[in-house]
Amino acid sequence: MSAGISSAPMQVSGSKPPSVPHVDIDPFAIDFFDDLYPAQEALREAGSVVYLDKWNVYGVARYAQVHAVLNDPQTFCSSRGVGLSDFKKEKPWRPPSLILEADPPAHTRTRAVLSKVLSPAVMKQIRDRFAAAAEAKVDELLRRRHIDAIADLAEAYPLSVFPDAMGLQQEGREHLLAYAGVVFNAFGPPNELRQTAIERSAPHQAYVAEQCQRKNLTPGGFGACIHAFSDSGEIRPDEAPLLVRSLLSAGLDTTVNGLGAAVYCLARFPDEMARLRANPSLARNAFEEAVRFESPVQTFFRTTTREVEIGGHMIGEGEKVLMFLGAANRDPRRWDEPDRYDITRKTSGHVGFGSGIHMCVGQLVARLEGEVVLAALARRGVAIEIDGPVKRRYNNTLRGLESLPITIKPA
Amino acid sequence: MTSIIFIHPDGRNVCIEANGAESAMLAATSHGIDGILAECGGNAMCATCHVYVDEAWLDRLSPMGSEEDALLDGAAAERLPNSRLSCQIQLTPELDGLVLRLPDRQV
Repeated sequence: MSAGISSAPMQVSGSKPPSVPHVDIDPFAIDFFDDLYPAQEALREAGSVVYLDKWNVYGVARYAQVHAVLNDPQTFCSSRGVGLSDFKKEKPWRPPSLILEADPPAHTRTRAVLSKVLSPAVMKQIRDRFAAAAEAKVDELLRRRHIDAIADLAEAYPLSVFPDAMGLQQEGREHLLAYAGVVFNAFGPPNELRQTAIERSAPHQAYVAEQCQRKNLTPGGFGACIHAFSDSGEIRPDEAPLLVRSLLSAGLDTTVNGLGAAVYCLARFPDEMARLRANPSLARNAFEEAVRFESPVQTFFRTTTREVEIGGHMIGEGEKVLMFLGAANRDPRRWDEPDRYDITRKTSGHVGFGSGIHMCVGQLVARLEGEVVLAALARRGVAIEIDGPVKRRYNNTLRGLESLPITIKPA
Repeated sequence: MTSIIFIHPDGRNVCIEANGAESAMLAATSHGIDGILAECGGNAMCATCHVYVDEAWLDRLSPMGSEEDALLDGAAAERLPNSRLSCQIQLTPELDGLVLRLPDRQV
């Protein structure tokens, strides 16, 4: 692929800062997805901030700058959209999210509600149920032996626990992954992935809009809990359906790709699978390290609210800045042996779930699902071997596989 | 520099020198203290950097916010009156010698 860096004229006279390195990489192109790591390295090494000529946006790919942008929401806002589209200039493809695409103080209120709905205390209540479902799933897969780790595990397991935890009706659940695919493609530029996804989105949007209504959500589920906060006045009744929508958008496909990443890692690195079998209590960290290593959510944008300096370069107001979370998670400035999957790595600080006020509100659910599935594999003494062609699934934001044929058997 | 003493559940003591401008959590993780997981990286979202603050130091810390208070209810180990999240303990020179006990588990 063309990973070249065109050197814009350096300005050395006077006090004018050097211009930002221009890069002709398209981070939303299929060949970028197919050969990710050399391109990510090129983006990191080009400079602390780069300019992507293909889409006329700035980009940050080093850990320090990605972390800094994530943690300065006043300067790098979300209310103008966290995709390429600038909501100040373009009509959003759907009504904006009240949490993801919002800034304080509006964000603070909605965020507090979702944090309570998905708190550590709530995780304690659902833990046994999620763990039992993981054990049952792994037993079923061991009986089948030859499976597709994506459809049969990475998708099947979250689908067996999350929609029920949300309190969704049985009918129509097949729309959930399709809808999430649209949402994450829509953060990207107007390429074929985005346009095709949005063109086909009407039935999925209709399903999700309907499921967000209070009458369709089973009491006790996350969805009903969100609506209950409108009774106590923490949110308005008309805000509740959109907050349910946030969990339906971001609560399933992300964990699918997280679990897929973890199984893909353990299949490719059998020594790490052996360490996990020897010590199943490493399951939670093995999942976390897979999130760092594969970064299922690869990118998000912010928009500058003022002129700001990044790494010695001045960026104007109203500019889109693309954060390469996946590149930051493999930045050798931050991580020892970043390209090594190490289930005992100290992963704290990775930006696979983001960082700062918008950090994934469902991270505890994701970790719970990841932990109980990997622990079930470890406790059953499972060995995983890839036994067919691995196919990538292409999405503007999400990184994951379409198909991962494996043999799963006792080691 | 600010010294912090971490006491493991088995009684083992580890003293670290923090640079003083960080949180107790960050000081712990950057010095490889086992027993502080900090899964969320210091964003007050996960309750896996739970510590028990030595009684002598408890009143010298800045008061607990409502978020931290709610998160501690979900901590894996028992919540005690001296429970805090170490990501919310900002180190200052006045906290030189701070003693923090680690719980038996974080998840």
